[in-house]
Amino acid sequence: MSSTSAIPSSEVVSKKAMQRCKRRDFVEQAFHLLFMLSAFIGVLSVITIGFFLVTESIDAVEYAGMSNIVFGLEWLPPALFGIAPMIVGSLVSTAVAVVIGVPIGILTAVFLAEIAPKALVNVLRPAIELLAGIPSVVYGFFGLVVIVPLIEQVFNVPSGSTILAGSIVLAIMILPTVIVVSETSLRAVPKTYKEGALALGASKIYTIFNVLLPAARSGVLTGVILGIARAVGETMAIIMVMGNAPAMPGSILEPARSLTANIALEMSYATGIHSSALYATGVVLLLFVMMLNGLLMYINRERVK
Amino acid sequence: MLSRNQKDLVLNGLIWLSAIFTVFFLLWIVFYIVSNGIAYVDWAFITDNYSRTGDEVGIWPMIVSTIYMVALSLAIAAPIGVMTAIYLTEYAKAGSALVKVIRFCTESLAGIPSIIYGLFGLTFFVGVLGLGFSILAGALTLAILILPVIIRTSEEAIIAVPLAYREASYGLGASRLYTIVRLILPAAMPGIATALVLSIGRIIGESAPVFLTAGMVASIPGSIFDSGRTLTVHLYMLTTELYTQHDWNMAFATATVLIVLVLMINLITKLISSRFNKASY
Amino acid sequence: MNTFDIKNLDLFYGDNHALKSINLAIPHKQVTAFIGPSGCGKSTLLRTLNRMNDLIAGVTIKGSVKFDDADIYADVDVRKLRTRCGMVFQKPNPFPMSIWENVAFGQKAQGLTDKKQLDAIVEEALRSAALWDEVKDRLHTHAFGLSGGQQQRLCIARTIAMKPDVILMDEPTSALDPIATAKIESLMENLRKEFTVVIVTHSMSQAKRIADKTAFFLMGELIEHGETQQIFNEPNDSRTRGYISGDFG
Repeated sequence: MSSTSAIPSSEVVSKKAMQRCKRRDFVEQAFHLLFMLSAFIGVLSVITIGFFLVTESIDAVEYAGMSNIVFGLEWLPPALFGIAPMIVGSLVSTAVAVVIGVPIGILTAVFLAEIAPKALVNVLRPAIELLAGIPSVVYGFFGLVVIVPLIEQVFNVPSGSTILAGSIVLAIMILPTVIVVSETSLRAVPKTYKEGALALGASKIYTIFNVLLPAARSGVLTGVILGIARAVGETMAIIMVMGNAPAMPGSILEPARSLTANIALEMSYATGIHSSALYATGVVLLLFVMMLNGLLMYINRERVK
Repeated sequence: MLSRNQKDLVLNGLIWLSAIFTVFFLLWIVFYIVSNGIAYVDWAFITDNYSRTGDEVGIWPMIVSTIYMVALSLAIAAPIGVMTAIYLTEYAKAGSALVKVIRFCTESLAGIPSIIYGLFGLTFFVGVLGLGFSILAGALTLAILILPVIIRTSEEAIIAVPLAYREASYGLGASRLYTIVRLILPAAMPGIATALVLSIGRIIGESAPVFLTAGMVASIPGSIFDSGRTLTVHLYMLTTELYTQHDWNMAFATATVLIVLVLMINLITKLISSRFNKASY
Repeated sequence: MNTFDIKNLDLFYGDNHALKSINLAIPHKQVTAFIGPSGCGKSTLLRTLNRMNDLIAGVTIKGSVKFDDADIYADVDVRKLRTRCGMVFQKPNPFPMSIWENVAFGQKAQGLTDKKQLDAIVEEALRSAALWDEVKDRLHTHAFGLSGGQQQRLCIARTIAMKPDVILMDEPTSALDPIATAKIESLMENLRKEFTVVIVTHSMSQAKRIADKTAFFLMGELIEHGETQQIFNEPNDSRTRGYISGDFG
C-alpha cells in the first residue's frame, strides 16, 4: 500500500501511543481483578452464612444440649427447645408429598416424552413451566381455600389444616421439578435402546417401563431428589395450610409444624437463646438438605462412570 | 394374573391419568383463583393505598415495594453474577482448584433453602450491618439467593458464543477485555437476559426471606432504607385475617395479580429465548 | 529477505509431539503454501506464527520463531504481533454485527475512533478484498446476510484493515464452493503484491496455482520445502512424490 494510505501505519510508535498502550494494559489488569473479586462474593457468602449459622446456634446447644434439641418433644421457648415434632412434621409431610407427587410426576414425564403428540407437548410444557413459576404463597392460598376445607369435609376432622393438606400442596409444588428433569433424561436415552426393544416385538408400554425408565434412572432420581429438596425447604405454603402446632403429630390428619415454619413464624420477634434455638433449627434443616445434595452428587457420579 | 396386554392397558391408563391430573390441577389453581379474583382487580385496586383500618385496600404500595425489591436485587446481583460468569469462562483456568471452589460454593448457595437466607439476612443485614427492616436488607438477601441462577445461566450463554469469534478477535490483535465487552457479551445477551427475567420471577415469588428482612410495612417506602411489603408478603398477611367476604375478595384479587405477573414473565422468557434460537450463530 | 525464520521448533500438545524440529524460512511478499495430510501439523505451525496456540491449554513450545528478526515468543507483545500478522480461518467467521462494524472492529479495538478515518479504512480494505462493489450500498446491514464466499472475503477485508505485514490463511476455501474459491484465488494475485501470505491448503492444485513456495509436512515433520514448481515437478523426497501423486493423504 502507498504511504498515503488511510490506514495508520503500525510501524510508527509515538510516545503518545506507548502511553495509551500502558493505560490500556492497566485497565485490562484492573478488570481482571474486578472479575476475580466478583467470583469470590459467592464463596464469601457461603462462608458467612455457614459462620453465622454455627456461631449463632452455639448458645442454644450449650444451654439445652444437642440431644435435648434434636430429640426433645416440647417447644416452649425460652425454656424448652425440643424440635423433634418439627423434624417429624417436615419429614412426614415431605414423605407423603413424595408418595403422591412422584408417581404422578414421573408418569406425566413419560406421557410428555413418549406418548403425547408434539402439538400437545407444545401446549403442556409451557403450562408446566407456569406451574413452576407460581409463587409459593399462591399455592398456600389455594391450599387454604380449597384443600383445607375439602379435608375437613372428607375426613370429618375439626380443622383441615393438617399434614395431609401440607403434603397435597407440596405434591403439586414438586410436580414441575420432577416432570421437567425426568422428561429431559427420558429424552436423552439413546433411540437405539427403544428401537432394539421394539424390534424384539416388545410393546410400547413394556419398552417404556422395562427399557427407557431403567436407562433414565439416574436422571429421574435426580428430579425426585430435587423435588424432595424443594419440599423440605418450602416455607410459606406449609405455614398457610399445616396448622403449625408445635406438638408431635399423631397422624397425618393432625396439624404439625415444619422446621421451616418454626423459623419463619418466630424469628422476627425471637431474642437471645430463643433466636439461637431457631438458628439450631436452621442447622438441622440444612443438614437434611446437605444429605440430599450428597445423595445427588453420588447419583451423578455414578452416571459419569 | 393380568396378561401382558391387560398390564399394558392399565399402565397406559395410569400414564394418561397422571398427565390429566397434572393439567387438571394447574387449570384448577389458575382458574379458581383468577375467576374469584379478576372481578376485584380494577384501576382503583391497583393504584390505591392500603391502610389497616380498611379505608383503603389497594395494592399500590406493595407494587412499588416489589418493583424496588426487583430493581435493587438485580442491580446488586446482575453485575456480580455476570462478572463471575465472565471470570469463570474467560479468565480462570478450567478445572483449576480455584474454579472448583467457586463452583462448589455457588452450587451450595443454590441448594440452601430460602428460609435460611431469611434467617441469615435478618441477623447479618438487618442486625449486624444495622440496616434494620428495609428494602436494602431484603434486596441484599435476595441478591445472594438469585446469584447462583444468574451465574449458571450467564455462564451457559457465554460458553455458547462460538470459539470462532474469540479466535477472530484475538487474531486481529484485540485485547481480552475488548473482545469480552464488544463481542462476547453482546452475543451472549439474550441468554443473560433470560437469566435476569428468571431472577425477576424468583424475586417476585419469594416471601419468607423477604418479610424477615424487609419487614411488612404496607406503605410506599420513601427510600431503600425504609421497610416495604411485597405482593407475596401482602397476600400472606391478607390470608392471616380472612374474616369478611371482602377480605376474601381482596386476597383473591392479589393472588390474581401475582398469577398474571408470573404469566407475563414466562411469556417474556419465551420471547427472548425464541429470538435467541433464531439468532444465526 | 525473510519475514519468518523458524529455527528448531518443537511443539507439544501435552505429551503429543505435534511439531518436530522444524526449520523453515518464509520469504517476504511471497505466497508460501503448507501442504500435507490431515494432522501433519501444517495448521499447528501456521498458528504458532501469530501465537494463536496460546489460546489452547497445555501447549509447550521449544525453539525460536523470528518475525522481522524479533523472537515472537520472547521479545514481542502478542497483541502487537497479531495486528501485524492477520489470520483468515477455515470457516468464514464474521462477527454478529454489520459489514462496516466487522471491518472496523480491529482498528476500533486499537483505540481508533475517528469515524472519517474508519470509513476510509473500511472502503480501502473492502476494495483490496474485491468486495467493495458488492457491498458498498449495504455497509450497515448484518454480515450474516452475505454468502459464504462473500463472508470469507469480508474476513479477509477485516484482516487487511489492520494493515498487517502478513496474512495467515488456514484452509480459507475449504468451506466454499468452486466459484467462491476461484474469486478468492484470483484475489491472492493482488494480495501477494502487498503482503507476505502463508496459506495452509488441502488442495494441491490450489497450492500449485497460487503459491511461490511450498512446504510439505508429514506427521509433524517438515519433509521438504522449496519453489512450488520444484516441489511438484521434481520432488527430492520419495514421501513428497508419493503424496503429490496421490499414493496417500
